[in-house]
Amino acid sequence: MTHHSSHHAVHASAAWRWLLAPCLRSRRAILRVACAGGVSFLLPAMSAAAANLRGSERKKSLITLWLAGGPSQLDTWDPHPESKHGGPVRAIKTSVPDLKIAHLFPQTAERMHHLSVIRSLVSKEGDHERGTYFVQTGYRPDPTVVHPSLGAILARSLPDESVEIPMHVALATGDSFEAPRGGYLGAEYDAFRIFDPGRNLQNMRARVPAERQERRLENLQAISQAFQRRRELQAEATRHQQVLQQALTMMTSEQLRALELDDEPRAVRERYGETRFGRGCLVARRLVEQGVRSIQVTLSGFDTHANNFEGHQTQARILDPALAALIDDLAERDLLPSTVLLCIGEFGRTPRINGLDGRDHWPHGFSCLIGGGGLRSGIVLGATDPDAQVADKTRPPHDPVTIPDLYATILVTMGVDASEEIITPIGRPLRLAEGTPLDRLLT
Amino acid sequence: MRIPPIVLPVFVAVGVAALTLSAMRSPEPRTEPPLDPRISDDLRTTVAEVNAALRRLWRGEVFGEASSSHADLAAVEPAPRADDLTILRRLSLALHGTIPSLEELRRFEADAGPDRLERWTAAMLADSRFADYFAERLARAYVGVEQGQFLLFRRDRFTAWLSRQLRENRPYDDLVRDMVSARGVWTGEGEVNFLTGAFANDEFDPDKLAARTARAFLGQRIDCAQCHDHPFEHWKQNEFAGLAAHFAHLGLSLAGVVDKPENRDRRMAAAEADVSPRPPPAVPFHPEWVPSAGSEREKLAAWLTHPENRRFERAIANRVWGLMFGRPFAARLLVRSVAGPDGEATWTWTDRAVDDLPDPDDPRFGSQLEVLDILGRDFRTHGCDLRRLIQVITACDAFRLDSVHPAGEQPSPAELSESRREALQQQLERIEARWAVFPLIRLRPEQVIGSMLQAHHVQTIDQNSHLFVRAVRFFRERDFINEFGDPGTEELEDRTGTIQQALLRMNGDFAHELSEERPFTAPGQIPAWSPSPEQILENVFLSCLSRRPTEEERACFLPQLQPSDGRSADGVIQDLYWAVFNAPEFSWNH
Repeated sequence: MTHHSSHHAVHASAAWRWLLAPCLRSRRAILRVACAGGVSFLLPAMSAAAANLRGSERKKSLITLWLAGGPSQLDTWDPHPESKHGGPVRAIKTSVPDLKIAHLFPQTAERMHHLSVIRSLVSKEGDHERGTYFVQTGYRPDPTVVHPSLGAILARSLPDESVEIPMHVALATGDSFEAPRGGYLGAEYDAFRIFDPGRNLQNMRARVPAERQERRLENLQAISQAFQRRRELQAEATRHQQVLQQALTMMTSEQLRALELDDEPRAVRERYGETRFGRGCLVARRLVEQGVRSIQVTLSGFDTHANNFEGHQTQARILDPALAALIDDLAERDLLPSTVLLCIGEFGRTPRINGLDGRDHWPHGFSCLIGGGGLRSGIVLGATDPDAQVADKTRPPHDPVTIPDLYATILVTMGVDASEEIITPIGRPLRLAEGTPLDRLLT
Repeated sequence: MRIPPIVLPVFVAVGVAALTLSAMRSPEPRTEPPLDPRISDDLRTTVAEVNAALRRLWRGEVFGEASSSHADLAAVEPAPRADDLTILRRLSLALHGTIPSLEELRRFEADAGPDRLERWTAAMLADSRFADYFAERLARAYVGVEQGQFLLFRRDRFTAWLSRQLRENRPYDDLVRDMVSARGVWTGEGEVNFLTGAFANDEFDPDKLAARTARAFLGQRIDCAQCHDHPFEHWKQNEFAGLAAHFAHLGLSLAGVVDKPENRDRRMAAAEADVSPRPPPAVPFHPEWVPSAGSEREKLAAWLTHPENRRFERAIANRVWGLMFGRPFAARLLVRSVAGPDGEATWTWTDRAVDDLPDPDDPRFGSQLEVLDILGRDFRTHGCDLRRLIQVITACDAFRLDSVHPAGEQPSPAELSESRREALQQQLERIEARWAVFPLIRLRPEQVIGSMLQAHHVQTIDQNSHLFVRAVRFFRERDFINEFGDPGTEELEDRTGTIQQALLRMNGDFAHELSEERPFTAPGQIPAWSPSPEQILENVFLSCLSRRPTEEERACFLPQLQPSDGRSADGVIQDLYWAVFNAPEFSWNH
């Protein structure tokens, strides 16, 4: 493992030096994830901080807008007003000729030329927890192994020594299963979760003035040494100290300011919307600027078993401005070519409208938006026919696209070999993504 | 004087609340360790047998005559015995999910009777905190941690049922039969949730149930055979399908979970289009153990728990060992393979999960699992008594060894050469794999918060504690675990901590509040009641780390507690607690 070379001249006291000492630790065999053919750890550290790089010089990042609960394809990116199952939604023109989306998203419509739409995603998981697992990892739940989420794979495959804050972050998470995990890559690749983005950052700062923090660290050193003295190698294997060091580095890092919104003008915050999700999208943009690899922002509330249309209207009022502001900012700052933007949920919703004016879970043909990161834009993949699907539930959408295909595409555009095999703890080699990259989205 | 009209209702409300609280205080008597020091000779005999097997393991006598001078088979010295307070801490963490309270430690130290640890273990097992905590931990193997299909699966009902069984100390094989052959409504019959936990995408998943059954009750991962023939063990794809077929009848009716023959026919028809064949119910070995009468699931349950099915008892012994130590007994094993024309033996290490035991009598593993066989046999002959199993495990030498081993006591590893360091590390791993030292295991999130909460109180938090204290404990635990993250069903595999957890411990509200000097809490009471700074320090160390401070620690903290100018700085006590909560010693079992 490489070690941190950053200086902390401000905290030159003995206790800080002890805690921030460069670590030369070898990791315990059981925690080792053998990587067949992976050279990612051997890459030289970047010559310049990610924050200063733009355009194609940057290592790529991923922002996933996670629409939890399962957004209705018919009321978002795949409207069918001509169908009797279309509901009250209208289709509006977008900045891409011949591409129409639901009228609930007027701001996104004006920016569709930055994105592509997939309208034929297929899954077999119609339960929230299982569907979330599948769409976040590209693998169906399997009792023998916990697969890493796409974000964890990216954080591991594309490290950056200049980043002192976590490389994998989940903003505005709701249910615990929505937070992407490191799976067999290890808990260190679990997403760092922030419940209320831009606020409540007290856990990330020392709670007491510098003088007392100093005393606390001296105390900690005294107690830790009594424990470590007679079992240094065993204590090292716990990595307790190392994790503590990383946390202390983060607490004193300038990059931590990316999580705050105080210095953002009011007008900017208003463009994103003063909601958890809106603030999350703004924080996501700030994290991308610092070089954070993978960020998920969650918007809950799409599980509209009753009053589907009103539910989506409410959701769209939060999603539309935040998404539009995010696209604008990324484009304006020349970050879009290096940032993949994915907008997806665990499944779609039934074409049939139920007795409560709601739509139920539907994994057999749903939509997502994808763009940036060097992917082609303005493309529409696949199509659904709600009338035919109501008549025959087993009928697949036209030109179906699987989640593993989507993930192979994202990995390829971000410069990661999707076919790389990792030896999992149970000794079974698994590919990073099982699918085939979608050539039509790659340039 | 006129009484304002608001006073009366407030008075009534307060009165009702006070009465309710006092009524809800659990009337359960505090479980004192039995004064009668009768630890049965029978227990002693089994413990001696386990200890003899452990000594053979330490000496490397596990491959019979074939033992060679190979480094991995060389004899290792066991670590010295740990002190009793450390062992009491391990017991309390494993059985109650918290560290012992200062009150308990004082009573324990005052107990001069023989077999002190054995008697205290028995008392802890009789305490309802054990049933509640152990039910939650065992439940992970049976129903996982997912919340499942909300309308059909109630995890809380399952753990409540399991806790009741543990409290009544029902034989373990009975519990397993109840779960596998359960019928009825998941809200009424807690054990039914074992089955409804596998309800997904509008139907029961027989494959998931078969996989869970084999893992939880036989310690075998035959679900790899779901997709391909297992390359290492003898499991075949159709054997897995035969096991799953026992659950193919499962269906729902107004009476809850029932067996519906037509479900199986439907699944068979659906499977015809599929490539994988769907055979009739079958067991992978010893079909003569299957009774002729009963439903398919009852037959399966009888076969699983059959007195001659050694896999059944080995699986639970390995799991309970894992819950006591934080690592299953068969976590790291040597495999012997014979290669070449001369039949030269080679040894390789293999890491095994808790539910991935080798076959009994597999010669490639020699007698490394002799301890599990002894524990399993004793478990069977004592009516599948889980408490007895725990008594034996915690009384054996391995549980009482120090977590410091002489081999690791190097003055400064930083000064060692890379190769020497590597060799030392390997030696320590061998020592750990053979249970010649107590392993360092990261505490589970609820153990960390349970310990912080207990350290916050001088008295023991249990059924006798005031309802308010318990409610606070409940909510804090839940919030903390949400933020801290739950390792789920992989809880017995080694995991490192995360930055998020380190930040939460250092800067979070919990740690902050729990270390504030307030009345009725340890940080407030200990300084107020302890006659001297020496005593304050000793009490804080005992209540948090279950030990007394070292000389160096006294040299560090006493000047803070008793500054030369007589004026104590602000927050000295809080900063002491902060350091304790963040020390590796606090959040690693040792």
